[in-house]
This record gives sequence, C-alpha cells and structure tokens, in this order.
Amino acid sequence: MSTATSHSHAPAHGHAVDHHHEPGFWQKYIFSTDHKMIGIQYGLTSLFFLLFGFILVMCMRFQLANPEAPIPVFGKLLELILGDAAKGGSMTADLYNSFGAMHGTIMVFLAIVPLAFGAFGNYVTPLQIGAPDMAFPRLNMASYHLFFWGGVLMIASFFVPGGSAKSGWTSYSPLATVAEFGKPFNGQTMWLIGMVILITSSLLGAVNFITTIIQLRAKGMSWMRLPFFVWAQFVTGFLLLLAFPPLEAAGVLQLSDNLLHTSFFLPNGLVVSGQQLPVSGGGSPLLWQHLFWFLGHPEVYVLILPAMGIVSEVIANNTRKPLWGYRSMVYAAMSIGFLSFIVWAHHMYLTGMGTKVSTFFQTTTMMISIPSVMILTALFVSLWGGSIRFNTPMLFALAFLPMFGIGGLTGLPLGFNASDIYLHDSYYVIGHFHYVVAPGTIFAMFAGIYFWFPKMTGRYMNELLGKIHFWISLIAMNLVFAPMFIQGMRGMSRRMADGGTAYYGADDIALTLNKSITHAAVLLGLGQIPFIINLFMSIKNGRKVENDNPWKATTLDWATPTPPPHGNFAAEPVVFRGPYEYSAPGSKADFLPQDQKS
Amino acid sequence: MFEILKKFGMPEPASAHASGIDDFIGYVHILMLILFVGWFAYYLLALFKFRASANPRADYTGVKSHMSTYLEIGVAVIEAVLLVGFAIPLWARAVEEFPVAKGDPATDPIEVQIMGQQFKWSAHFTGPDNKWGKQDIKSASATNPFGLVGTDDEGKDDVVCALGEPFKVPLGRSVICRISSMDVIHSFKIPSMRVTQDAIPGMTIPAHFKATQVGSFSITCAQLCGSGHSVMRGDFEVVTPEEWEKWYAEKAAAGGGAGSFE
Repeated sequence: MSTATSHSHAPAHGHAVDHHHEPGFWQKYIFSTDHKMIGIQYGLTSLFFLLFGFILVMCMRFQLANPEAPIPVFGKLLELILGDAAKGGSMTADLYNSFGAMHGTIMVFLAIVPLAFGAFGNYVTPLQIGAPDMAFPRLNMASYHLFFWGGVLMIASFFVPGGSAKSGWTSYSPLATVAEFGKPFNGQTMWLIGMVILITSSLLGAVNFITTIIQLRAKGMSWMRLPFFVWAQFVTGFLLLLAFPPLEAAGVLQLSDNLLHTSFFLPNGLVVSGQQLPVSGGGSPLLWQHLFWFLGHPEVYVLILPAMGIVSEVIANNTRKPLWGYRSMVYAAMSIGFLSFIVWAHHMYLTGMGTKVSTFFQTTTMMISIPSVMILTALFVSLWGGSIRFNTPMLFALAFLPMFGIGGLTGLPLGFNASDIYLHDSYYVIGHFHYVVAPGTIFAMFAGIYFWFPKMTGRYMNELLGKIHFWISLIAMNLVFAPMFIQGMRGMSRRMADGGTAYYGADDIALTLNKSITHAAVLLGLGQIPFIINLFMSIKNGRKVENDNPWKATTLDWATPTPPPHGNFAAEPVVFRGPYEYSAPGSKADFLPQDQKS
Repeated sequence: MFEILKKFGMPEPASAHASGIDDFIGYVHILMLILFVGWFAYYLLALFKFRASANPRADYTGVKSHMSTYLEIGVAVIEAVLLVGFAIPLWARAVEEFPVAKGDPATDPIEVQIMGQQFKWSAHFTGPDNKWGKQDIKSASATNPFGLVGTDDEGKDDVVCALGEPFKVPLGRSVICRISSMDVIHSFKIPSMRVTQDAIPGMTIPAHFKATQVGSFSITCAQLCGSGHSVMRGDFEVVTPEEWEKWYAEKAAAGGGAGSFE
C-alpha cells in the first residue's frame, strides 16, 4: 500500500481527514496546532539560530587568530550595531566573552535541542507511531511560541547597556552576579529570564512527547516495534522533564541574587575591585554548579540521543537490513537515561572534591560510556552484510559514526579525574564536545533533513549540492576541531580573549594552529552555502518523488500521503511487524513496511 | 611509546607527580587509538565490501558472532583497570596524601596561601617563624588580598608577593598551596607542574606539588573570570634551596607583606 501514490486530499475514509475549510495564513503558518507545521517552524527557527551562533563564533575565531585586529568588513557592521564594544571593528575582551557565552547558549538551547527534539521530534514522531497529531496540539503551539520569544529575548540582550551575558554559557556565580553588579537590567538578567522561558517551553514539549508516545501509538505498535528514533525521543523527553526543573529553580535564584541582592550563590567576604560587596553572603558558589550540571549532563544526552535516533533510521534504510541488536540499543538508550542523572559532578572534579565522591562520579562516568559504546557498536555492526546506498543522507549518517566515536573516545581522559587534572578547561575539552555535537549531532541533523525532506515537500534535495556540502563540511570540521586536541595538550586554556598570547611566544604551535583553525572555519562556513541554496531551491525545483515512499522505507512515516495532510494518515494505520524488516528471507521486495499485512 | 605521546605537545613535566599523570594520559590515549584504528579499519572495509553494487541484496541477519560483545566487555574491563589501578590512586595522592611536617626545617613542606582576584594571583608565606600573621576578612582590599591586619608579631616576617609579583619556591621540597579567591571563581593552573585547582571564594582548597626542575614557570587562570581572564598570568621561579633560603630571608627582613599594607 505504502508505495502507491495517494493524494493529500484523498476522499474521506477515516477519522484523519478534517472537514473544516482551509485555514488562513496566520492559522496555517503562525498559530498552527499541526505537529508538522510546528516541526517546520522549529526547524527553520533553529536553523536560523544555528547560523547566528556560527556567525558569533566566526567573529571570535577571527579575534583568536588576529588578537586585537579589526575584523574585516563585518567589524564595521559590529561597530555600527554594538557601538564602543566593537570600537574600530575589533572586539573588546568583554565582547569576546559575550559572544562566547551567547554562542554556547544559542547553539545548545536555541539551535541543537530545538532542531533535534522540537523539529525532528515534532515532525517525525507522530508519523512514526501512526498518530494523527501530538496528544496536546495547543500545548505544542505554546511550546514553540515560548521558544521563539525566549530566543528573541536572548538576541535582544545584545542591545542592553553592558551587552549580553558574558559569564560563559554555564553562568557560574559569583561572576554572573558581580559582572554587572548594581545594574538591575543587564544582559545576565535577560539571559536568566530567557532561560526560564526556554526551559518552560522544553518542559511543555517533554510532557507532550511522553504522553503522545505512550497514548497515541497505532494499533499493533507495541513497544518493541517502535522505531529506534521514537525510543530516542522518548528517553530524551524524560531527560528534559526531570533535568530542567533544577536549572529553572537555579535560574530564579540567580535572578534574585542579581536583582534583589540575595546571596544564594554568594559566600561571605567577597571583595570585588577592592570593594567589599554589599551583600549578606553565606551562600555557596558550588550550589549553582551542582544545579547547573544536574541539567548540564543529561542535556548532553538530549543533544546526542535524537541524533543517534536519526542516524539509526537512515542507516537501517540505506543498508537495506535490520538494525543489528535493536533490543540492546533500546536498553542502552534507557540505561543512558538513568545514568545521565548521576554523572554530573565530573564537570566539577577540580572544585575541591575528595577521593570518595570523585570515585563515585568517575565510576558512573565510565559506566555511562558502556551503553554509548553499545549503541555505536550496534550501528557499526549493522553495516556488515548490508547493501549500502551512498546517498547524501547516508553519507552524513555514516560520517556521524567515526566523528561521534572521536568525540566519545576523547571523553575518556576527561572522565578519568587523574588525566582531567591536566586537561580540565583546556582546548582539549573544546575539541571533545565539539566532536560530539558538531560533526556528531549536526551531521545527524543534516542526514535527517536530507532524509525527510522528500516527505515534507514531495521533492528530493539536490544530490550533487548535497555531496559538495557533505565533503566540505567533513573536511573542514576535522580541520577545525582536531587541532584543538593539540592546543589542549600544550596547555592552552579555553575562553582566552587573546587566543593565549599572554602565555605563549608568538611562534608557538598552539598559536599557529589558531590561525589554521580560523581558515578552516571559513571553509566550513562556505561549505554551508550549497546547503542553504539546496534547502530553499529544492522546495520548488527539486526532483519530484516517484511515490509516497521514495527511499523504500519500512516505518509508518512513509505510509502517509506526501506531504502528509492535517491528520496525517489517509486511513488509520495498523502495525503488523517490527520497524526494520529489510531484505527479509522469503520476501521478494527488499523491504516490508510495518503496516503491510504480509 | 609513552615518550612519543608525551612529546605530543605537553610541556616538560617539572614536578614529582607529573610523570604519573603523563603516563596515565599516555595509557588512555593508547587505548583510544587502538579502539579508533580498529573500528575505523573495520568501518572502511564494511563500506567497501558491502556497497550496493557489490552486494545487491542485503543479508537479513548480518553478523552472527558475539565478537562485538566480547570487545565491549574487554573495553569495560580495561576501563575498570585504568580506573582502579591508576585514576583513583593518582587522585588520592593529589588531593589527600599531603606531605606532613616532620620538624626538620630543611625538608618540611612549605605552606603558601594563594589568592586569586580579578585579574592577578597573590602568594603569602609564613616567613621564617612558620606562623601566619593575623588575618581578618574585613581588612581585605584590592591591595591586601589576604586581609593581613599588620599589627601582630607573627605577621611581621610574613612574605607576601601580591598582585602578580613573582614568587620563588625551592627545588625538591613539597609546596602546599592553600588556594582561594576574593571575588569570583578562578582556577590555579600550573601546566608544567600538572597542578590545577579551582580558586573558589568562600572556600580554601589545598593542592601540593614538589618541583623537580629549576626555572621560571607560569600560572594560568583556567576558569573564566571576567574581561581580564586571558591576561591573568602569574609567574614564579623554582630555585635551589640555598637560593630560596636567601630570597626568603631577605623578603622577610624587608618587612614582607604585612607592614607594607598599613
């Protein structure tokens, strides 16, 4: 059934087709309650933020390669927008710190998470479980709108006196409080209010996903017939639901420290710039770190689990065989979910931790590496015996494996506290988590975009542009992030506005690498141009799909009309088998869709 | 092989415990390298061997052996060995096994208070009397980071190298740094000594090292602390014990730190 073309306005023969007339522009595109439109809203907004975060870091990279030199062309624009902070087109240390803090915040909370969870989760999850929509469509709309206004607030914070938040994306107290002490409405205040809004948005989303996956699965869609992507979203939903509230509380407390001069995170006897700080004291700077990282570490898996989900779908489809060890992958994802709540303090080894506590946290850290290795191993082993098609989505999914592998492996010397003594807060850390998130998660996101684009629009994206995009990105990503391991080994600390010139002679390799990394980052930026062209051109001009299931896939998302109408399915789907019945013995076609009786 | 890895770019180790940490970093990287090269070779082989043109119909079952399970168990075992055999003892040595004074002034550990502030490091020694001068949090100011009161006898010979003034420590003798901060969180990092410890306001956290090489070394701040974070460099020198005694006595006689803050 699923290979036949069906039209989005198919005659009504099920609950799914709505009878009300076509909604107007605002209803359809802005205040939509359709999970697919909300998914697309999330997708476009987060891609914009991805670009915005990238532009911030490009300014920083220029500064690192050429400390105190004016940024060509763009510097003038910066001066025009931000005034004295970018005087003469070069960045002050404060502006560098601002951009650094906002790059992290935007990439994590406004780009990657909404893209992975908000966009793909929203668009694909209901389709894959055979649901007509999310369980709470209006909540879904509210969740997007909160996210949008949280983002607007974050961007607006660049324009308040003193500039945006500049105490790192981690906003450690007391720095976050004393940086602009006494100015009631500063960038940090806006950051905190923005975070509270974003967290609220995530919580609404998480509740919605969990309910949808539990309640709205199609007939026959038992738990072990769920595509791995849905499992990944399900675990992610729980992570967001349970990890975010402590940070929301912490955000409110820090807001109170900043505005009401309470001392939740401020100890006794602070002397800032020679003045005793006029606060009562008695608080604990470490409390903030505990609350922050209690979110912060599960957040890492919020970034990576949906990526693993997308990669699994693409790999199963393009190897034309079932995922190897599907069950073990599901159990591994659940173990990651549980363990991710008890590893947070490995971010805090050097805050004066004794042997007993640090042994606990590094043991749990080593334990959590095992389910991650299991998922990665299952994906590697899935390749064996396949009939591998190298299309653009598959290239990105395949590159994810070794790139995430590097990211995971370089986590080992940071997870062991003995080696962390030396590598902590060095560029080694920057290299490590960027390998996880950039050529890791972002590649998975690209794979997902190229993979589901035909379902969303009825047209393929251009393969040639896609391959150019892939190869430039792969090469440039490695040229950007691999040298950071060398810099870290040489002892270069992160967050240095001058790129480390205060510590190294100008001829040191670490500084030379700053320049080569910047060149590679420019290449990476240029490599995204074919993608942007491809994304927008293909909506109208891409090659049309032959039928509703152009990749010959098995999961229910491909059993819908193209693009799926409001309500998704022409008829209520019934599921007869597991998610990845590719090349099953005895079947002539090399795939058996989940909703096909036999 | 470890030598090769060490020369990967880490500054030459200059403290007694540094080689232990370096070796450990070496072991972990060898494990990482073996795993990566092994998996990557398998990966390339699989991609080549099972390309659609060479293998038009996929095999439903795929791999039947339990090889990968054994491999995972192997990795877990090696991680456990690294953890129990190396990481935990190395950490215990760093944070718990502090050198103890045995009453011999020539070999007893030297204690020094380290204070971070935006954007300088300061150091405070007891002076030859081995007694800290009286300190009061209320006396602390930008130029008196340790809050020395300056009226007591114990403080008369205290040696203070404030606001980035280079200090000296002797070769081959343990130094215990009691690290704190007066404003925001800094991190006291001496890359050559393989010492890193966050300097957190409201807390005093000790760290220790024993220098094995004479020379000048730099302290970096490894935790974002504001606009001057990147220039929060400190410098100190490791000198022979004789030279150090001489420097110490001169500094103490010159009224050290306390008096100068009056």
